Amino acid sequence: MIKVLFFAKLREGFGQGEYGVEAAGAPLTIAALRERILGEQPAWREALCAANVIVALNQEVANLDTAVAEGDEVAFYPPVTGG
Amino acid sequence: MAGLAVTIRVGEADFDVGVETSTILKHSNGIGGLASFVGVMRDHNEGRQVQGMLLEHYPAMTEKALAAIVEEACGRWSLAAVTVIHRVGLLKPGEQIVLVLTAAAHRSEAFAACEFIMDYLKTRAPFWKKEITEHGEHWVDARSTDDKAAERWR
Repeated sequence: MIKVLFFAKLREGFGQGEYGVEAAGAPLTIAALRERILGEQPAWREALCAANVIVALNQEVANLDTAVAEGDEVAFYPPVTGG
Repeated sequence: MAGLAVTIRVGEADFDVGVETSTILKHSNGIGGLASFVGVMRDHNEGRQVQGMLLEHYPAMTEKALAAIVEEACGRWSLAAVTVIHRVGLLKPGEQIVLVLTAAAHRSEAFAACEFIMDYLKTRAPFWKKEITEHGEHWVDARSTDDKAAERWR
């Protein structure tokens, strides 16, 4: 299982902050993981694929080409506004 | 880095700059000056009267991201101590949000590192603000001025 987290506006729009995706299949990129999610949640496409969405793997900023594996944690979030 | 004291805290509790300063001075040597920045919640943003703000964060990642920023600052400047505290949860206008405190042998390092850490925190640390106004709640947009501020340190 790959744990996927959503934050802020994404979390609110989807109605959930956590989502589980099966890791089955050959090396998965974050882009492929995203497609797997959208296969189950087609309504999320516009928000999840927005150009300014940031992705993180195991609490470090990554990109859509980054490979993910069983047990990893992936996060999708909007541009940060702390401080 | 012998003697470098780094403190990073993320949580709901408020902080006291005086207390944090005293802590640094008590435990660190070779300090000639401290620079500090305190971020405060404004009661006004983009023409709107703001009643409160919700600070959301990515718990597992915030300390990691702040630690990486502090590590980079310590690599660029010779620092004796750094303290970064960021609050989360519900805040009211006038309340403190964030503290960056840097200590060094000389003031130029302390000033530069303090500004650097704030600029990187604003663009890299996973926190999100949601404003609460009388007309409803909405997520604050990231500012291009923050990206430009971070860019100048490259």
